[in-house]
Amino acid sequence: MQEKNSRILHSMSVSIAGVELKNPVMTASGTFGSGEEFSEFVDLSDLGAVVTKGVANVPWPGNPVPRVVETASGMLNAIGLQNPGIDLFIKRDIPFLKQYDTKIIVNVCGHSIRDYCEVAERLSDQPVDLLEINVSCPNVKEGGIAFGQNPYALEEITREVKKYAAQPVIMKLSPNVTDITEMAKAARDGGADALSLINTLTGMKIDIYRKQFVLANRTGGLSGPAIRPVALRMVYQAAHAVDLPVIGMGGIASWEDAVEFLLAGACAVSVGTANFTDPAVTRKIISGIGTYMEKMNIKDIKDLIGAVGE
Amino acid sequence: MKYRELANIDRQAEIAEGIFSLWLHAPEIAAEAVPGQFVSVYLNDKSRLLPRPISLCEIDREEGRLRIVYRVTGKGRGTEELSSYRKGDKIWLLGPLGNGFPLKEAQGKQILLVGGGIGIPPLVETVKALKAMPGGSDVRILAGYRNELFLAEDMGQYADLLISTEDGSSGTKGTVMDIIREKSLKPDIVFACGPRPMLKALKDWAVSLDLTCYISMEERMACGIGACLGCVCLSEEVDSHSNVRNKRVCKDGPVFECREVEV
Ligand SMILES: Cc1cc2nc3c(=O)[nH]c(=O)nc-3n(C[C@H](O)[C@H](O)[C@H](O)COP(=O)(O)OP(=O)(O)OC[C@H]3O[C@@H](n4cnc5c(N)ncnc54)[C@H](O)[C@@H]3O)c2cc1C
Ligand SMILES: Cc1cc2nc3c(=O)[nH]c(=O)nc-3n(C[C@H](O)[C@H](O)[C@H](O)COP(=O)(O)O)c2cc1C
Ligand code: FES
Repeated sequence: MQEKNSRILHSMSVSIAGVELKNPVMTASGTFGSGEEFSEFVDLSDLGAVVTKGVANVPWPGNPVPRVVETASGMLNAIGLQNPGIDLFIKRDIPFLKQYDTKIIVNVCGHSIRDYCEVAERLSDQPVDLLEINVSCPNVKEGGIAFGQNPYALEEITREVKKYAAQPVIMKLSPNVTDITEMAKAARDGGADALSLINTLTGMKIDIYRKQFVLANRTGGLSGPAIRPVALRMVYQAAHAVDLPVIGMGGIASWEDAVEFLLAGACAVSVGTANFTDPAVTRKIISGIGTYMEKMNIKDIKDLIGAVGE
Repeated sequence: MKYRELANIDRQAEIAEGIFSLWLHAPEIAAEAVPGQFVSVYLNDKSRLLPRPISLCEIDREEGRLRIVYRVTGKGRGTEELSSYRKGDKIWLLGPLGNGFPLKEAQGKQILLVGGGIGIPPLVETVKALKAMPGGSDVRILAGYRNELFLAEDMGQYADLLISTEDGSSGTKGTVMDIIREKSLKPDIVFACGPRPMLKALKDWAVSLDLTCYISMEERMACGIGACLGCVCLSEEVDSHSNVRNKRVCKDGPVFECREVEV
């Protein structure tokens, strides 16, 4: 009902590198699978886009357990990018998502530039709207974050992936860097069509009675409300450093949080860890933004984007 | 169907030191739950983001109620917060989750239920359901405790119950494996829930005697519905969903035939 109301009164659609989303709310990679498990709680057609779990050229077994642990207002994960590989993904996950009226963003991972390019190439003839390149996973030994922490490596991998990708490319940035604007510029110089940030912050938890690391991987990525202020600051910096669409994420759990990211300069937002506390949270965030726009008399959501301090 | 339901607390009591029994009014979940399934329990302190997976101890479909029995794991833990809730308080649940014990497969057979410590609660609803099946069932229960007993009467009223305690204060001194050896038990099928070492010993025993043995696995969870891949266990074969040798405890389990998984 809310949804219908807001359609009549105001426009929530946003565009990322020429791809039109019905609203700016999408899922964060790795927290939503390929949508199937959550489709009992949310009509996937209500979402701006579904961003899938990272997929590689071949199946990856991921890390040993324990892989997840709760922390104050957050959690650490070290899944290690377990994924079924691109073949099964194309056969099973893409057809599943095609049943819904939403955009499909495939998150891509790899150990080497060749791995990433191979996945991008395999996806080139698939009904996928955007690729999100994960060069920021802290939980795998090779690849992943190594590309995301060095501006030269980031620029190079962006350029290489762009050669193989048929769809516009979002580079997903790591917050585990000294200067996020340097990384944003490197991705832009490599030809990125959009940026998304932040991935998780590397963290650790120790069991003081067993005198052991709680996660088998020792370190993990911190996500959830605990990282939100850091994420918001970085989204603001990146959005002002480069002239590319920025997708903001990190601890978004309510429509109020989402509006903050839009005001900071994000043209869309991803919701991750909050799905674990309430599997229907994305739907509530979308309708909450609609109500806010109505109350504030905002006709077009684009008027909100980057409007902080104006 | 799974439901996210705001449950009303009917009753909470400490039934042994640090072990709490909680009756919840959650009619949607109760209507569809089966023994061996669990619920995700969300705490009211919003800084605790992740749910606590807790097995269903009893399911009362008529009254729309669920019973969970859980251990407070320490000071300042989420389960300690849970133990402070009183009648009339409300908490969010997600469920029913997981697969449950394959009751049909046990029908008409000699069934052995084995529980260790805080793995005992799901056996209560399991024995009730097995006894309610047409034709009845030949069920025996083994329950292993550290020292203090809990839920013994709740189970004992439905089937023959044998107890072990580590300190020998009740029943056989030792573990459930000592009862099995002492009595030379050889059932047709086993349903078990408890600590890893117990599950491992049961698997070795079941494989050596060629018995069917279903075990309920435990792992840390985040989503509870199969999406995040946080809760996997190693599987003997490549799993059809994950395409690697991993199964999701929350969705493919928590109950697995012991030969399917590495314990
Ligand atoms: C399928 C399943 C069924 C279970 N059934 C029962 C039951 O009937 N009764 C019972 O007392 N316990 C049960 N457990 C274990 C129970 O989930 C943990 O003891 C509980 O989550 C600990 O939470 P806490 O708040 O005390 O600890 P905290 O240390 O505050 O928990 C921090 C985080 O770690 C997780 N965690 C910590 N220990 C465990 C553990 N052993 N297993 C899984 N997650 C853990 C918590 O869920 C939470 O997300 C079950 C576990 C699983 C997987
Ligand atoms: C369990 C889990 C798995 C994740 N897997 C991926 C992944 O496969 N690829 C990726 O780019 N990011 C992954 N992330 C990072 C999230 O997409 C997101 O960037 C981060 O969690 C911050 O958002 P949040 O606080 O809303 O969760 C994962 C996060 C979590 C918690
Ligand atoms: S807890 Fe997320 S897959 Fe099991």
